[in-house]
Parts: sequence; C-alpha cells; structure tokens
Amino acid sequence: MQQEVVLAMLAKEPSHGYQLRARLRQALGPLGDAMNDGQVYVTLTRLEKAGLVESQSAAGLPDRPDRKVYVLTAAGHQRVAGWLSEVSWPRPDLAEFHLKLIAAAAAGLADPLSIVDAQRHELLRRLRDAQRAAMAEPDGSAAGLLLEGIVLRLQADLRWLEACERNWTPRRNRS
Amino acid sequence: MNDAGASVLRARGLRKEYGRGAGLVRAVDHVDLDVASGETVAVTGPSGCGKSTLLHLLGLLDRPSGGELWLAGERLDQKGERALARARRRSIGFVFQAFHLMDELSAVENVELPALLAGRSPRTARRQATALLGRVGLTDRARFLPSALSGGQRQRVAIARALVSEPAVVLADEPTGNLDSQSTLDVLRLFEKLHEAGQTLVIVTHDSRIAATADRLIAMRDGAFVDETRLTGGTSGNLGALAGLGGPGVSDRHEHEG
Repeated sequence: MQQEVVLAMLAKEPSHGYQLRARLRQALGPLGDAMNDGQVYVTLTRLEKAGLVESQSAAGLPDRPDRKVYVLTAAGHQRVAGWLSEVSWPRPDLAEFHLKLIAAAAAGLADPLSIVDAQRHELLRRLRDAQRAAMAEPDGSAAGLLLEGIVLRLQADLRWLEACERNWTPRRNRS
Repeated sequence: MNDAGASVLRARGLRKEYGRGAGLVRAVDHVDLDVASGETVAVTGPSGCGKSTLLHLLGLLDRPSGGELWLAGERLDQKGERALARARRRSIGFVFQAFHLMDELSAVENVELPALLAGRSPRTARRQATALLGRVGLTDRARFLPSALSGGQRQRVAIARALVSEPAVVLADEPTGNLDSQSTLDVLRLFEKLHEAGQTLVIVTHDSRIAATADRLIAMRDGAFVDETRLTGGTSGNLGALAGLGGPGVSDRHEHEG
C-alpha cells in the first residue's frame, strides 16, 4: 500500500483505520479485494513513526490499532499536497492516479480536473516527442515499430484521461 | 500575403445554436479564436462538443447565429452568399474524413478542379495539380481513379486539392479518421511539410497524434473552449523509459508496494 494514498484518504477527516479501508474498497471495487486488511494498519504505523500522522485512542477503550483515530500532521498535509501536484509518468500506475483524483475531490485539496489537465499536458508532450521521432524514421524501420508501440500506449493513456475528465466534470447547466 | 504573426482567421463571440426554448442547443458557444499566419492549430474534444460545427462556421459552410468572423483581414459574418462562396473558393482549402473525391475523375483531375473553377487556364491548372501531386508523393498515381488508390493515398490527393487554390488557411475535419497507422503517419508528415512551408492549418480531430504535433492545442467541451496548450519544450530522453529501457524517472519510488 502506498503511503501517499493512505495519507490523502485521511486528508478529508480524522478516521479509524477501518474507515480508510472502506474508502479504499469503495474506490477500487473488485480490484481492492486483493488488498490485505492488515496493510492499512502497517502503513498507518509507518506513517505515524515518520511523523506524518498522529493517533488518538478513544477514551475508555483498549489501546488497539483498530480503536485509534488517525489525523494528519502538518508534515502529512504537506506530503499530500506535493503528491497531488506531482505528475507521475511514465510509471503507469493507474490505481494511484485514480485514487489521487478521488482523494483530491474528497478532501477538497485540489480540483481533480486540474490534476487531469496536468497529466494530459505531460502525456501530450511525450506523445509529441514519440510522434516526431516516428515521423523521422523511414518506412519499415525497426525503430519505427517500437515508436509506434509507444505512441499507441500513450494514446490509450490519453483516452483513459478523457474518461477521467468526463467523470469529474460537473455537468454544465444547459437551458 | 499577411504580415508574419497576423491573424489569418479571427472569431469573436462566435455562436451557433439549434432549436429554441428548453430544446436550445448551443453547438458553438461564444468562441474567440485567433489563428496566426503559418500556425497549426488542433481543436480536440469528445463527439458532440461542437468542433465540427465550429469548423463549418470557420469554413463559411454554415452561418453563425451570432458573433464576428474575419478571414484574411476581411469581415465575413454579415456578407451575402456570393461573397461567401468567393471567399471560400479563394481563401479556404478543405480536407474531410471521407476524402470527398470525385469518383469519375483521376487524381490529377480531382486536384485541378478547384483551379479550373477559379478560372485558371487548363494548362496552368494541370501544371499546378501535377506539381502538387509531386509534393504529396503521388506523381506516379496521377492518372489513377480514386477507387484504385488506398485510403491514405486518397487523403493525400484530397490534401493536394485543398492546396491548389493557394488558400490562406486549410481546414481539416478528422483527416486521419479513416486511415490506418502507416497512412496516418504519411498524412502527419505531409502536414509537417506544409507547416514548414508556412501553410496555416486548423484541424479538428479525435486523434491525439495530430493534436500532439500541432503548435497549439485547444480542448473544446459543450461548444466552448476549455483548455489551451502550447506543447513547447521537449521531454527527449524519456522515450526510452516509455519503452521499458530504464532511464530517468522509471526506477524511483518502489518503496512499500504490494
């Protein structure tokens, strides 16, 4: 489990570990089934050690991880903000990007559409480079075939971003 | 010709509406646009966002509901049909997704047709058409009927035809929409050549490959422009990483996964 994802899910409000897990489950659907229940707690413990979250035990309850309420520290907030604005390609981690949009919207920390825009600009720059390199290759060149593969992948990524954009665009009122 | 950097095409508050009352659709909703001489502009957006309607307005194929439109320094939104037809013939070249070639005419005859209609002599028209077919790499196909040409070749004939009247601007509507990967590459190379020769181009497209090679990229949604990008500054060196060859940006951040 990536630390930033857990941090960003906490940015909305102080939460119990099981609430975070439920949010992740909801965001990931069947893909979240592979997630081990213990992972969230392991990550939370690490984050606490790193000073990015603090925990409070509810009064009168035994001091167990699943009873604690976790809160972001100032350093945690900073880390989340940095993560939201960072453009993480070529690492093709769809789930991370997906969770970033969900966390940004839930916590009101950033406009998901501006994150999509930044990502699209970056992908288009890469597509431009790949396309220009492909155009410079003679027909039938071996390198041209590899470049075509890169171009097709980037196009697929861009199409998914279009879908993200549609999903996160508030419907404009049309009279 | 225009001064360098002058607007070849300019729109202010351009609108196109269909229907009325509750059924009113704003296909093009107050668009402002300046296309500089020699610029390649791509307009992208989902189907139904109004980009084809916009191209029809810019190409004088359809009348705006409101707003102002200038082409090569002349204001045209209030002109009569004859003036529009003349401006269309003289100043605009069209490239369509479905090519729109005349099936009964050979490649060279298709290309020379607009020149003949503009009143040039048959000899001049033929000379220009032959030269243009050379420019799009189809000299040896000049006598072929469109049915004997591949999709990519047909589109190159259509591009040559769009250029024969030496238009101030070429407007292209999904020019690679019907083409395979190799033909798309050929058309992109051709656009690049035109761009280098100073041709002004406006392309509406779904195809991110064209969008990525334009000077300026405009995203359209619900009839309006929502984002504009200039893709300057390269990322060269990262292409290897995209192909799995390592390099910067690919090996970092592997902590705490799984």
